[in-house]
Amino acid sequence: MSERIELDITLPKETRYLGLVGQIGESMARSLKRFTGDREELAYHINLVLTEAMANAIQHASEPSSTEVRITITLVQHKLTIKVYDQGQGFDLSNLAPPDAGSMVEHGRGLFIIRTIMDRVTYRKFKYGHVLEMEKTLH
Amino acid sequence: MNMEIDERGNIVLISVVEERLDAHNSTDLKTRLLSLFEDGKNNMVINLEGVRFVDSSGLGALVSGFKNASARNGNLKLAGLQPQVQSMFELTRLHRVFEIFPNSEDAIASFQP
Repeated sequence: MSERIELDITLPKETRYLGLVGQIGESMARSLKRFTGDREELAYHINLVLTEAMANAIQHASEPSSTEVRITITLVQHKLTIKVYDQGQGFDLSNLAPPDAGSMVEHGRGLFIIRTIMDRVTYRKFKYGHVLEMEKTLH
Repeated sequence: MNMEIDERGNIVLISVVEERLDAHNSTDLKTRLLSLFEDGKNNMVINLEGVRFVDSSGLGALVSGFKNASARNGNLKLAGLQPQVQSMFELTRLHRVFEIFPNSEDAIASFQP
């Protein structure tokens, strides 16, 4: 039996909704039928990736005039894809070097964390802005 | 952000009473720490036992506090990390930077000469 989940979420562009999107991700992780790994770790990781990606869209990638953030979460068989859409000018993913291990910088860990947890991370232009696309194969 | 502040001699114990320390509330913690530094406090223990989720902004606020304490010849130590929160420090290698204790009493005792 195949497992297919598609969630399409639109939220106000405000950090007060980070907890909500994180909870949605956690609940999804706990509901998966076929996943055999550490379910609590997966729940935390999906919460974290959604929180980091949405906070990034709010703080760095959105036009001041935009009021919403759109997030899609798709699971097809074992492949999880999370997309976060913004209407901003975008940023160059390759220019965002991760902080050194144990570095004392206060910012810049968000995308490093996303890249560590997810298998593939891309950031590309689409019709109305940019999309941060993150994929992970679940076992 | 909800937090409890308790002064124990020259050490300030700050207990974060929030399930999440993230981009929504981490600035509150950073600001509160700065005002404590301005009041001359420079030895802090942050009790995170009630926190089950920390993101990069939360880590950034703690790093900010640690740097300010160090610059004033003080220290900022952490206590009561839940397993998933502890794993965030390991992921970012910040467990090598902070002194981390199982509970706040141990962290406070560690300041004694």
